[in-house]
Amino acid sequence: MDPIVALDHLEVKFDTLDGVVNAVNGVSYSVESGRTLGIVGESGCGKSVSVLSIMRLIPNPPGRITGGKILFRGKNLLEYPENKMEQIRGAEIGMIFQDPMTSLNPVLTIGKQISETMVVNNGITKEEADDRTIKLLDMVGIANPEERVKEYPHQFSGGMRQRAMIAMALSCRPDILIADEPTTSLDVTIQAQIVDLVKRLQAEFGMAVIWITHDLGVVAELADRMVVMYAGYVIEEANVYELYGNPSHPYTLALLKSLPRVDASRGGERLTSIPGFPPDGITVSPGCPFAPRCSFTVDRCRHENPQLIDFNSDHKIACWVDVTTGKER
Amino acid sequence: MSMEKLIQVYGLKKYFPITEGVLIQRETGSVKAVDDLSFDIFRGETLGLVGESGCGKTTTGRTLIQLYEPTAGEVLFEGQDLAEMKSTNLRGLRKRMQMIFQDPFASLNPRWTISQIIGEPLKVHKMGNNKQRAERVQELLDIVKLNSFYMNRYPHEFSGGQRQRIGIARALASKPDFIVCDEPISALDVSIQAQIVNLLEDLQEQFGLTYLFIAHDLSMVRHICSRVAVMYLGIIVELASRDDLYDTPMHPYTQALLSAVPIPDPVATRSRKRIILEGDPPSPSDPPSGCRFHPRCAIAKEHCQTDIPIWREIKPDHWVACHEV
Repeated sequence: MDPIVALDHLEVKFDTLDGVVNAVNGVSYSVESGRTLGIVGESGCGKSVSVLSIMRLIPNPPGRITGGKILFRGKNLLEYPENKMEQIRGAEIGMIFQDPMTSLNPVLTIGKQISETMVVNNGITKEEADDRTIKLLDMVGIANPEERVKEYPHQFSGGMRQRAMIAMALSCRPDILIADEPTTSLDVTIQAQIVDLVKRLQAEFGMAVIWITHDLGVVAELADRMVVMYAGYVIEEANVYELYGNPSHPYTLALLKSLPRVDASRGGERLTSIPGFPPDGITVSPGCPFAPRCSFTVDRCRHENPQLIDFNSDHKIACWVDVTTGKER
Repeated sequence: MSMEKLIQVYGLKKYFPITEGVLIQRETGSVKAVDDLSFDIFRGETLGLVGESGCGKTTTGRTLIQLYEPTAGEVLFEGQDLAEMKSTNLRGLRKRMQMIFQDPFASLNPRWTISQIIGEPLKVHKMGNNKQRAERVQELLDIVKLNSFYMNRYPHEFSGGQRQRIGIARALASKPDFIVCDEPISALDVSIQAQIVNLLEDLQEQFGLTYLFIAHDLSMVRHICSRVAVMYLGIIVELASRDDLYDTPMHPYTQALLSAVPIPDPVATRSRKRIILEGDPPSPSDPPSGCRFHPRCAIAKEHCQTDIPIWREIKPDHWVACHEV
């Protein structure tokens, strides 16, 4: 199946007072319709920047897309003029953000904000849009939607705001929904509701989903494919079962080992921590960006940055070392 | 672990007034943030306090160490009632109770150097002279594994994990017995969380500390705590030893909460039965009658709407407040 969205060696840089930050360094990934791609990584690894680039929402200055392609149904979005992008945003690519409070307009009612998108993008009348807004809110599980559309964002709880955001993102039936840490600021019980909702809506509408998170737990439940990012690089990519069952990059391995599990007793051992902290993206070393924190580092890691290569037919990694033997492969 | 009770809490309540009016303020109600808690914290243990945002975890922690004055109830520290105590005696006890905050950015004064921040508790409690204090700051930086080379730098020059280490060093400065850790790792990146948790565990062993560990990450709580209390809307609904609580949760809220925690394993997480709670927690200014959880509870009966469940010990050291278990 052809992918809906494919990133092809995307490069994004930011000009800051401290120097040029290499936020995304030749990142490629893709997602097919009806499938879910999970992208995990720590803050500053470039995961949000890579999806904001899909929407062409990188503020310029300071940000610049310096290389690569973003293919939406085979066409390079980077060549689109701004007015054509406006027809794609919202209508064909929907997006929900981490903080539903700051992404909603506090002085407009929830109903107004959702119906506005549809009037602009679908060219329907205001009355039709109002009707559809109520149906959408009902669909995302907001009780009493006829009354709720008249309320303002501050009258909604965090979970309900995120539901309203999802309703807005889905209002124009996009082909792909990009979710940038949508449950990070929510409680686990509300997170479970949102995850459940997105899975249900995806089954109903058959849209593709890109779900960005730092939580390896949430995506384990949702994703079909997984991409792990570090310092602006994709360092591992695989089918979800393969990635968790056979993690083969030292970073993925260390992340999974550093997580305690709610379903397993501790048995006295300590958590495996990863020493140090992630690089700032300004100072670029010729070697692997994870080498200074890695417990498998060999000499080659310090001089040569490994490319993302096929590890087996369904699994790619960027590492010189075989983690099962600890030797250079 | 010895079973000496370091802290005893009886009927602790903390209400915050809701006022209306600009010039003439009148009280129109109250937010019952913490409503009638009773529990003990044993010396040397880590008691976990979990629950959703707004359930009163942080208020409980702050009221325990008298940062908030309780509305009612008693907090005994080594058998002494903190509320009855004169302020001079309380100051002496305060240095034995410290706190580590959630946000390593907001909890450090940006205009102070690291050595000023860590040395402040020593100054407040008049511990040692200038030279001794400087030595103690060095020693503390060593303890939290920060290079003392950085002691004249400012907080913005440090990463989140390093700042949390500074917050921990400040909490340790006055040699406390008891530390309230209020979500100490939730603002940190995954790879840094384990570093801080391991550090907290090492310090506990080294100095015989007792922790109240407030968190919403139930996986981490299972790792670090010896006993766990689950709060819902200002009350504790269940309290048990760690494995007992996680393996055989009794209260329907605990069961739902635990089933909602994602597991970083696609096979395990997709084969498990989920209890998805409907709606949001109600407002603590007007909690539901009877059992506070009844509007969202799957097994609620009629009497749950009217009768407040009794806090009872259902099996040794496993306490629960529910009519139906």
